[in-house]
Amino acid sequence: MAEMDTSGGGHHKKGPGVKKGKKLSTRVDLTPMVDLGFLLITFFIFTTTMSQPTAMRLALPDDRVKPEDQNKIKQSGALTILLGRDNNVFYYEGELAPDASNFKASNFKEIRDEIISRKRSADTNLVVVIKPSDECTYKNVIDILDEMSINVVKRYAMVDITDVEDQLIKRTEGGGTGGQ
Amino acid sequence: MGRPKIARKSTAVDMTAMCDVAFLLLSFFILTTKFKPSEAVPVSTPSSVANKIAPETDVVMISLNADGHVYLSVGDSQRDKDKKQAMLESINQRFSLGLTPTDIANLKKAPFIGVPIAQLKQQAALSTDQMNSKTLPGIPSQDTARNEMNDWMAAAVQAYQGEKMNLILKGDNVAKYPVFKNIIAAFKKNEQFKFSMVTNPQAVPQGSDLWKDNVSGKAQ
Repeated sequence: MAEMDTSGGGHHKKGPGVKKGKKLSTRVDLTPMVDLGFLLITFFIFTTTMSQPTAMRLALPDDRVKPEDQNKIKQSGALTILLGRDNNVFYYEGELAPDASNFKASNFKEIRDEIISRKRSADTNLVVVIKPSDECTYKNVIDILDEMSINVVKRYAMVDITDVEDQLIKRTEGGGTGGQ
Repeated sequence: MGRPKIARKSTAVDMTAMCDVAFLLLSFFILTTKFKPSEAVPVSTPSSVANKIAPETDVVMISLNADGHVYLSVGDSQRDKDKKQAMLESINQRFSLGLTPTDIANLKKAPFIGVPIAQLKQQAALSTDQMNSKTLPGIPSQDTARNEMNDWMAAAVQAYQGEKMNLILKGDNVAKYPVFKNIIAAFKKNEQFKFSMVTNPQAVPQGSDLWKDNVSGKAQ
């Protein structure tokens, strides 16, 4: 690769008696420099963070509004999603049956189909009630809120979990029949 | 039989052009790169399809780390730092902590507030590199009865009175929900009903309703 001394050859003859000055080539081998250049490029490509963090907005309801002024949701049309520990998701439609027969286990992959099928059904005013239990993580809450924006569910609310539901989750999880 | 003589060509390639390209790219990456400031509170945020870039000015950020500890910080600009000073002064006054102006200046310089209000003086005595999520216990908010986020939010609202405040919550994937709930309760208590949560961008799943809206150009 080295390219030294290519022009210093003696093929162009000067006149007789003219002393041939030894000409050194001005060409430098750039290969190591290119190597270094690409090494640094690789370093910067890997360390650079192109994607800026995004912000997900959330508007909270005003609790001070008198109960009679608040929007009532029709229990029958609502889909209630409960978040348990270990990424378990549970849901039921309408009101929780006393024998918990409509209480179903799911997971984050399957809940999307459930939301979509509920949205597509004749009931146009889908309201989703999200009830995170104390065992679930911040990621679970963000994921389920994200599901709402993915499926363009306009009306959803985050509500505190009730004791009955909490017990039900614990029992289901204890029995090992929860989603993965 | 004489073979035709094949002229031997040099295999050496002129590297100048390649060198030019390499250094052009290099300078591009050097100039566009923005080193992540070493975070005193490491938080790995969840992903969402939200596409709004997180604001960087007039920011009051609450970080919630994996252990459920809560830390409060403000934006990097001088304006934000001044707001932080106002917050510290009002907290100092309200709880009669007796912080000296030096203490307040130290806390203003600190990357975040991460101690119970009663221990602010101790945090002020630490040097900046001693302050990290391992040494500081965080602002107590695990307990609904003693949720000091209420007081901090009240101070923030007071400092930003009449101005826009970008309330940002940066939570860790594995942080538990109850602390998150208490932080939200503190927001609500101080009439801050809008806030953003920092997430990593994620592609919208194909075929979903949002994807269809985006494709058809219908802005939500």
